[in-house]
Amino acid sequence: MIRITNLRKSFARQKVLNGVNLNIANKEVMAIIGRSGGGKSVLLKHIIGLLKPDEGDILIEGVDITTVHGDELDEIREKFGVVFQGGALFDSLTVYGNIAFPLREKTKLGKKEVRERVLQALDDVGLRGMGNKYPAEISGGMKKRVALARALISEPTIVLFDEPTTGLDPIILNSIHRLIKKTHEKYGFTGIIISHEIPEIFNVADKVAMLYNGEIVESGTPEEIKNSENPVVRQFITGSLEGPIEAII
Amino acid sequence: MITFIRTLGTWTLLTLRGMGNMFIFLIRSFYIVFVPPFKFRIMLRQMRFFGNKSLVVILLTGSFTGMVLGLQIYYTLSKFGSEALLGPAVALSIIRELGPVLSALMVTGRAGSALTAEIGIMKITEQIDALTSMGLDPIRYLIVPNIVAAILAFPLLTSIFDTIGIFGGYFVGVQLLGLSPGTYFSQMESFLKMEDIVIGLYKSVSFGIIVSWVCCYKGYVTGYGAEGVSKSTTAAVVMSSVLILIWDYFLGSLFL
Repeated sequence: MIRITNLRKSFARQKVLNGVNLNIANKEVMAIIGRSGGGKSVLLKHIIGLLKPDEGDILIEGVDITTVHGDELDEIREKFGVVFQGGALFDSLTVYGNIAFPLREKTKLGKKEVRERVLQALDDVGLRGMGNKYPAEISGGMKKRVALARALISEPTIVLFDEPTTGLDPIILNSIHRLIKKTHEKYGFTGIIISHEIPEIFNVADKVAMLYNGEIVESGTPEEIKNSENPVVRQFITGSLEGPIEAII
Repeated sequence: MITFIRTLGTWTLLTLRGMGNMFIFLIRSFYIVFVPPFKFRIMLRQMRFFGNKSLVVILLTGSFTGMVLGLQIYYTLSKFGSEALLGPAVALSIIRELGPVLSALMVTGRAGSALTAEIGIMKITEQIDALTSMGLDPIRYLIVPNIVAAILAFPLLTSIFDTIGIFGGYFVGVQLLGLSPGTYFSQMESFLKMEDIVIGLYKSVSFGIIVSWVCCYKGYVTGYGAEGVSKSTTAAVVMSSVLILIWDYFLGSLFL
């Protein structure tokens, strides 16, 4: 269970998060939608403890990640897998090295077992035989798949996806979404997906929350969000230029 | 007037904060140097990085520095009829002063800038965040191996610079200007003390710490985008070079 209460964060004088309240149940996939630059990634970085809030708390299975430090924080982070926006693959390592990295550094598994698990992970994301390539040699979609495999290799209980499909063509986009669904069914993690892929994200998430002006203005099942009467949500999911969200033309 | 005082105050505070952060970064890195697990493999790779990037430029600058010194010192000494002292003069200048300083400046330009750019790119592409999110300390993986590698690589590169520089002086003095080879080396042996070599090596170790510290730090706190990396790289090279020269003066006064 992840419980975010009254989370506030400002950079210089700009308020980015203005009292975010959100609960995410175990094994649920929650999509957080909202405008670009609206603070979604900032929220995600607070959940993993990369940023500290000005106010508010985030309980991860009962522990407030905003107040812990050092080894205790690292221990909580071991529950997480993160798929960063651009993949954040280590340039100096091969695809195989990237996926094996968390196992080599955080576990005492032998070479053989690491190899078996990495090859299985490569199979799971449809990249068998690509282990020897370097990140610079593969496409954007492949990088996202490798990032997903790396995030899942240590079997985390919580997986965070920061815009996992941004910049991809519709076919690869759907294949990544299907991969997230498939791996969720297989591993049963709690997922948080930052996205503005409407309507595709409704097929992946169990719940959807909309972040606007630093607050969660609505959350519910994809059906509830699709049928929402909230003018902000309606404008965002229809992509209309008319409405409370200011369109920059 | 008030605006001027406010700007000056803000600048002073920001500068002090920046300096404080840099020192905390160095102290934290040195603490981690002694705390396992040790990353020997990454350290060896970074040693190769320093050596591989800088060796050719060290050979070139070393040989030409020795040759220029050979010419200039020979010219000066010949005015007093003391050409026989060319060997020790070249060797002392290179081993105590020019070897450590010039090789540190060359490594800064060649490997230091690349190091800042590499760490800066890792920062802006969230690779450092990825390490942190795995519960791993980026300082242990990215910074400490570079500092240890620099402490080991700088004296080695300086020794190569010194050797090739002395032979550069030999080439000019003996081969081109007709000094006897025996005089060049025997005089060197009687004037040069072990202390001079140790001072040169002390200097190069401290320059290794300065260059790796500044270049890693500037990469680690790089701003956004390509512009951020480019600014960090320039700042790292300028700051390292200035600190090398200032620190060289202090050490020079201390050991004189």
